Amino acid sequence: MIDALHDTLAARLPAPQWERLGQWRRRVSESPHDVREFFPRAGREIGRGDLVGPAETGHPCRGWRTDDAARTLLLAALPQRGDDLVAELRWLYETGDAAERHAVLRSLDPLDLRADTDTLDGALPLVHDALRANDLRMVTAAVGDYTARHLPAPAWRHAVLKCVFTGIPLSAVSGLDERADPELLRMLNDFAAERTAAGRAVPPDVATFLRAHPAP
Amino acid sequence: MRLFDPHIHMTSRTTDDYAAMRAAGVRALVEPSFWLGQPRTSVGSFVDYFDALIGWEPFRAAQFGISHHCAVALNPKEANDPRCREVLDLLPRYLVKDRVVAVGEIGYDSMTPEEDTAFAAQLALAVRHDLPVLVHTPHRDKASGTRRTLDVVRESGIAPERVVVDHLNELTVAAVLDAGCWAGFSVYPQTKMDEHRMVTLLREYGLERILVNSAADWGRSDPLKTRATADTMLASGFTTADVERVMWHNPVAFYGQSGRLDLTGPAPDIGESHEGNSIERGPRPAARTAAG
Ligand SMILES: [Zn+2]
Repeated sequence: MIDALHDTLAARLPAPQWERLGQWRRRVSESPHDVREFFPRAGREIGRGDLVGPAETGHPCRGWRTDDAARTLLLAALPQRGDDLVAELRWLYETGDAAERHAVLRSLDPLDLRADTDTLDGALPLVHDALRANDLRMVTAAVGDYTARHLPAPAWRHAVLKCVFTGIPLSAVSGLDERADPELLRMLNDFAAERTAAGRAVPPDVATFLRAHPAP
Repeated sequence: MRLFDPHIHMTSRTTDDYAAMRAAGVRALVEPSFWLGQPRTSVGSFVDYFDALIGWEPFRAAQFGISHHCAVALNPKEANDPRCREVLDLLPRYLVKDRVVAVGEIGYDSMTPEEDTAFAAQLALAVRHDLPVLVHTPHRDKASGTRRTLDVVRESGIAPERVVVDHLNELTVAAVLDAGCWAGFSVYPQTKMDEHRMVTLLREYGLERILVNSAADWGRSDPLKTRATADTMLASGFTTADVERVMWHNPVAFYGQSGRLDLTGPAPDIGESHEGNSIERGPRPAARTAAG
């Protein structure tokens, strides 16, 4: 994934921005503390907006924003691994604005999947924090592949339910079909029953999901 | 009509206010940091406040198609509390954030030595971070406070066109414009300025380097005073272009000096979403229910 982000940014960023990102990555690999200087500036100095257009189905970077991708490459350039890397991610998340927090959350999956890395299990508290947020951008960024792999079942089910309650489409939840268990189906069926009793519509994606997964 | 409120404390306002502002034409605003009525007793309290200004509040504003930016500072009143002074050390961390477009509100409340120190230190921070500054003038002893404010601004070496001196009135506007600073006016239901006096001042001093705001907060104030002033301008013979100049282009020019003003946000379509109670403006089209 990091390679795909790298290649897509290389192809799509204007040359000066791509060069600047390259300088930042070299600086960060030599003096990791400098990531704290570059991380907040990435949106305005490297780029914002969708990295890949909505029409480009099948592109490996679909759903990525340019600032998230640039920040992820910066983080990937850090020499730290394991708990040391988690500590830096945590600092950047906790002192970050909405866009920076979003980027840290998006980076967890690609960083976690790197072949050379120790496990990033330690970053789960960031996911828990994001799932408590009322900012739906954070919640959406927190139900990605990293969460699907690591979040224990009770918290994961509640994350799905929070998406349903707040209007985040189920298609945004990674690993839904693989992780859906009888308890989640019970919760979603109860939600649908509550909606129906209140004379309100069951959201179409929830109804479709429940039809595809009949209660046991 | 397109309005930009250059000074309003949305943290203290409801979603009804956001909806009414949007309907009245407000498309952008700047929320400066200020006191909250109840004094804060620790730096942590400021951390949470600043984090909301660069996190939750822009999200809330976006629900209503309003672009939210902020200014960050230790306000003059709390600069007098030794428990809060460490906030000054925290500011550099926030002054590099995307949606922070100024240092503010700084200035004087009671004109104490502690306020002197915080004021000068934060003007220096603005110079170092290449940001404009929003300066509050005191409610008590305003004329003398404004003169002293202008002296401190001059001594700081900051370019005067990067400074707005706010809460002005008939007696303080001339000195501020003469000094080359921007002149800010807070149109209030009872105190400060009202829209008719505001329009009279616009006639006398012209439209250049003038900002008009509602400064609405947790007190008796009205977030629609920008619109009321615009309407009064039109009723008094100003053109639509004049209104657009004062209420949109001027604040864009002033805060645009930060290089961080981002008015390209997603097309606003929220307030009108599905069941009428939706606050979501998620990253993808979705409209179901309140976030609760
Ligand atoms: Zn104020």
